[in-house]
Amino acid sequence: MTPVTAPPAAPSGTTAPRPGSVRRRRRRRPVRPLPGLLAWALGLLFFFPVLWMFLTGFKQESQASTNPPTFFFQPTLDQYSAVIGRDFVPYLLNSVQASVLSTILAIVLGLPAAYALSLVRVPAWRDSLFFFLSTKLLPPVAMILPLYVIARNLGALDDARTLTLVYTAMNLPIAIWMIRSFLVELPKEVLEAARMDGARRFTEMRRVILPMIAPGLAATALICFIFAWNEFFFAVNLTASQASTVPVFLVGFISGEGLYWARLSAASTMAALPVILAGWAAQRWLVRGLSLGAVK
Amino acid sequence: MTAQTPPETARRGPRTRDLTRAERWLRRGPLLPGLLFVIAMTQIPFLFTVYYSFQSSNLLRPDSDSFAGFANYGSVLGDPLFHNAVANTVLLTVGAVLASLVLGLGLALLLDRAFLGRGIVRTLMITPFLVMPVAAALLWKTSMYHPVYGLLNWVLSPFGVQADWVNDFPLLSIVMVLTWQWTPFMMLIMLAGLQSQSPEVLEAARVDGAGPLAVFRRITFPHLRRFVELAILLGTIYIVQTFDAIYMITQGGPGQSTTNLPYFIYLQAFRSFDVGEAAAAGVIVVVATLVVAMFALRVVSSLFEEES
Repeated sequence: MTPVTAPPAAPSGTTAPRPGSVRRRRRRRPVRPLPGLLAWALGLLFFFPVLWMFLTGFKQESQASTNPPTFFFQPTLDQYSAVIGRDFVPYLLNSVQASVLSTILAIVLGLPAAYALSLVRVPAWRDSLFFFLSTKLLPPVAMILPLYVIARNLGALDDARTLTLVYTAMNLPIAIWMIRSFLVELPKEVLEAARMDGARRFTEMRRVILPMIAPGLAATALICFIFAWNEFFFAVNLTASQASTVPVFLVGFISGEGLYWARLSAASTMAALPVILAGWAAQRWLVRGLSLGAVK
Repeated sequence: MTAQTPPETARRGPRTRDLTRAERWLRRGPLLPGLLFVIAMTQIPFLFTVYYSFQSSNLLRPDSDSFAGFANYGSVLGDPLFHNAVANTVLLTVGAVLASLVLGLGLALLLDRAFLGRGIVRTLMITPFLVMPVAAALLWKTSMYHPVYGLLNWVLSPFGVQADWVNDFPLLSIVMVLTWQWTPFMMLIMLAGLQSQSPEVLEAARVDGAGPLAVFRRITFPHLRRFVELAILLGTIYIVQTFDAIYMITQGGPGQSTTNLPYFIYLQAFRSFDVGEAAAAGVIVVVATLVVAMFALRVVSSLFEEES
């Protein structure tokens, strides 16, 4: 499969090419459309269910469940208005509150911690880092009961603030590891120069480090937001009606044999859209966030 | 977590032991809020879980708690439903991790080469991972798996394949959804691995006449090994905790055929209200996770060594 191995195998040559041209041609690999087409086909295949969900949200119920499936239809916004009419908005606001506040908290707590664990290197920094990592390995099911009982005793069940704190704890290890991975990449010279100029730690942080890792912080925030927005287990167990988030709203569609596919699709689209957009925006850093900074 | 103390390579400032006590606390200052918060939110609840696991306790009768010794552990470990949940968890996890890893590797190999619209294809590819898992589960349960109106049966009908997927093949149905969701994750890690190869080495191998298969076997695969290990371990840790898809698609059924450990504990705690047994099962899961995690930490820390 190597394009040109020896002059006689040269595909274009009726006459044997000169040595120089062989060398040059070796560097240019032939255009093979097949892998590209295959990649497109598989990409579309993987994306298709999402597209289908999006399309179904604009159908009438009678078009949503048909055999064969309906591909062409007059789009309608009926389902969207029906979902919003079914008190979708309070769930949405709870989701926004819990995920945005927990993301901010995770960054506010995570940035100083990451700083202490990378640029300052406090004693036992490595143990601390692995401690944070180990909490990510603790299955949520092992913590839900006490959290439930504690929240119940404090009267904090069904409270968006409880979810906010839980999500902060869930995301903080990711935030610390990820911010840290950006901090250790900072060029040492810049930091040393700042130190030379007699910058104090806080000034150094604000004037030098912060602007340089701003894109990294934004990426970290997007990753935290994604996890918090999509979270279901704590949401369904710690809330009842007042503080329930968007995933819990969707539970209402399980019953009734899922008779309302179009409405369900409209709701799912609205539920999924913020994270899809955030993920597309953060795709360069997605792998770093998911691997806690281990893979760049 | 017995990471040995690193050789003191403090990049700046005096060595730690020369600092006064006050200075040391000042340096630790930025770390403490986050550290204390995480301890309060994760370790304290876990200690409570350990405590409950030795209690005979019921959510509905909070005053009836009494010390139960190892009785909860005994009944959990002897419970056939628990064994069933362990088996389902292993099947689900191994199935979904392997399938998504193989698919992810294949897709990463395709995406590693230049073609028209590569960025768009990558963006399309990662979308399943981003869709809210609860929404994805409902989407598959209805639009894909439905025996009459599902797209899967419609696509397969020319081949004579018709099934009531969720009822006839419940575990497979869950594995397929998880694979669809986790393939992008695996692909991203594999792609990062492929793209971190040195282009010079690859080019040199090609110039020396190595075919693509030889290049993959001799150069790419050894290079990817660590990434494959990392992908398997992270994937396992995330997928073992699967709850959303089971809750939404099968509710653990039919019967108990898709009840995995997280769903089992959920049922014990919030449907049977048996706090003691749920806690004992939780502790067992944590211990099992820690065993897997030891390997995970070793892999992560090997990546971590390279940094210094």
